[in-house]
Amino acid sequence: MESILLLAHTEADGALGKPALEALTAALALGGELTVGLVGGAVEPAAKIAAAAGARRILAVTGEPFTQPRYATDAAAAEAIARAAGSAIVLAPATARWSRALPGVAYRLGGRIDTHATGLAVRDGSPAVNRWFYRQRMEAVLARTARPWFVLLDSGCVEPWSGTAAVSAQVEAVPVETPQTRTTVTGVQAPKADEQTIRPDAKLLFVAGAGWTKKQPDGAVHVEEAQKLILGALRGAQASLGGSKSLVDLSGEGEAVLPFMTHLNQVGQTGATPRHPKGLSTCCHGEEPHVVGWRFVTERRAVNLDANCGWARGKADVVYVADAFAVVRELNRLLG
Amino acid sequence: MSTTFQIVVCGSIVPDPLQTLEPVTGPAGPALKNEMMLPAVLDPWAAHALYEAAHLAAAHPGSKVWLVSKAPKAKLQQVMMTVAQKVPFELVPLDGSASGFTDSFTTATSLAGAIETIPGLDKSRLLLFGGWESASRGAGSTIQMIAERLGITEQFQGVDRITVREDGSFEVLERIEGGRHQVSVCSAPPAALGWATGFLAEPRNNPQVGMANMKTIMPALMRSKAAPAVDSGLSFVSVTLPKQQRETRIEKNMTPEEIAREIAAWIKE
Repeated sequence: MESILLLAHTEADGALGKPALEALTAALALGGELTVGLVGGAVEPAAKIAAAAGARRILAVTGEPFTQPRYATDAAAAEAIARAAGSAIVLAPATARWSRALPGVAYRLGGRIDTHATGLAVRDGSPAVNRWFYRQRMEAVLARTARPWFVLLDSGCVEPWSGTAAVSAQVEAVPVETPQTRTTVTGVQAPKADEQTIRPDAKLLFVAGAGWTKKQPDGAVHVEEAQKLILGALRGAQASLGGSKSLVDLSGEGEAVLPFMTHLNQVGQTGATPRHPKGLSTCCHGEEPHVVGWRFVTERRAVNLDANCGWARGKADVVYVADAFAVVRELNRLLG
Repeated sequence: MSTTFQIVVCGSIVPDPLQTLEPVTGPAGPALKNEMMLPAVLDPWAAHALYEAAHLAAAHPGSKVWLVSKAPKAKLQQVMMTVAQKVPFELVPLDGSASGFTDSFTTATSLAGAIETIPGLDKSRLLLFGGWESASRGAGSTIQMIAERLGITEQFQGVDRITVREDGSFEVLERIEGGRHQVSVCSAPPAALGWATGFLAEPRNNPQVGMANMKTIMPALMRSKAAPAVDSGLSFVSVTLPKQQRETRIEKNMTPEEIAREIAAWIKE
């Protein structure tokens, strides 16, 4: 197997995040000589993990300019480490930070990059990468002859490395000239804790469809009640919220529907395909939430008034033919 | 302070999302069955980028928008009949494959080359726009490579909003993990922005805009140069449709209370 560089950026405390630990597992499974490259304000805790995992070399770029996610500085750091390592394969977790910076680094090094990898295997001494095309509608296994070959591994595809950190680690500092940049990272906008509807680590993805905003059996629309019920279910189950495109678009067009539902919640064609162990779709009809949106949801159930919904049949494990308002009202009472 | 931008949007066409897609293997590698027959649309994220570009240009008189697109000429012409009615832009077409199975490096090289030939393009005022991913390859790597080739090192991905300030600097909201946005300020162009969905609604069709656009789009399509496929060392071992079909249990006769109890127990498992 060819030599591998695992590129990881550290968290604020200098440790490796879950996506980086998953990429470490994947790198070790490939079996090549492993170098770990670290970028961040502090790297010592991460370096001790890399040492315990058996990295032959640990390279690092540290310092204040490299604490914040920013293209110019991240690309410079990753480029310097990749050149110093000289590895044929560069594996990294598909975090927002690396997804922004590493394609440009691959270009600088005359290499190639594949993103959203969902699996890696060794085939004839080289890696073969699994990834999906056309919005998770078809899966391909691909190989490349160009090197260095950058691969960004999607989170949730392999188990995170879980060994005990080494007592100490030898870290080689890689010199890098801080690049000129016109960009200043000023902060992060996040919803208030009680308004948080996207929880990537939640066990349950609760998908709301446009049916919540349609006329109910009494001939009226009950949007306010829908809001309370959906938010109650999210709170009770500590679930993450997904929305169908039609529902999200209604919100974006300024109509008085589900104000907490934004494009960030959208699953499907132009939305996310999140990974959760369980998914419950409510008032959804269509290919996007059932097929594309929860391709990577393991157990799937749906509450739907249409027993013949062709999208749910064959895609969900259970379809309950019932009024979602009544079911979720009772569910919230049970979840307390 | 008056600020003007030269906004180049990169975006190609993809099969209409409602179409059923099936992979086939041809002499040049994987492709879609009946690909040339499938109805196509402008890639959804690229479309968002185009609408954001037009919105920004309208707010800053003197700005201009180009759409650089690599796709089979005939298909691109069909799609332009609709897209041209949305917002004003000038098309820079490349006649080549829009397949999701082409390499992003190859696509980036073609598009960067086309951008470099745009007459009078002022790179000091350039904003390079595109979708942060496509609905075909979904790589999320093309814009970064185009920008590198053009020497642009201020880059943003998963962008939902750009707000231009009075001093010409602009604030950018980028999607990051956990449904959050990273906020950055860039003091000046050039910069590259890979757009997520943004916050703008799709513009309504405007036949007058369409007629004005088509005056330049049709001649541009006639002149479009071929962008030949290049061997980038990418090979596909397999391309398959997911086969998993679930045995769905349909419950028609349970009361809401019974369903809720079953779901609650399932959630707690």
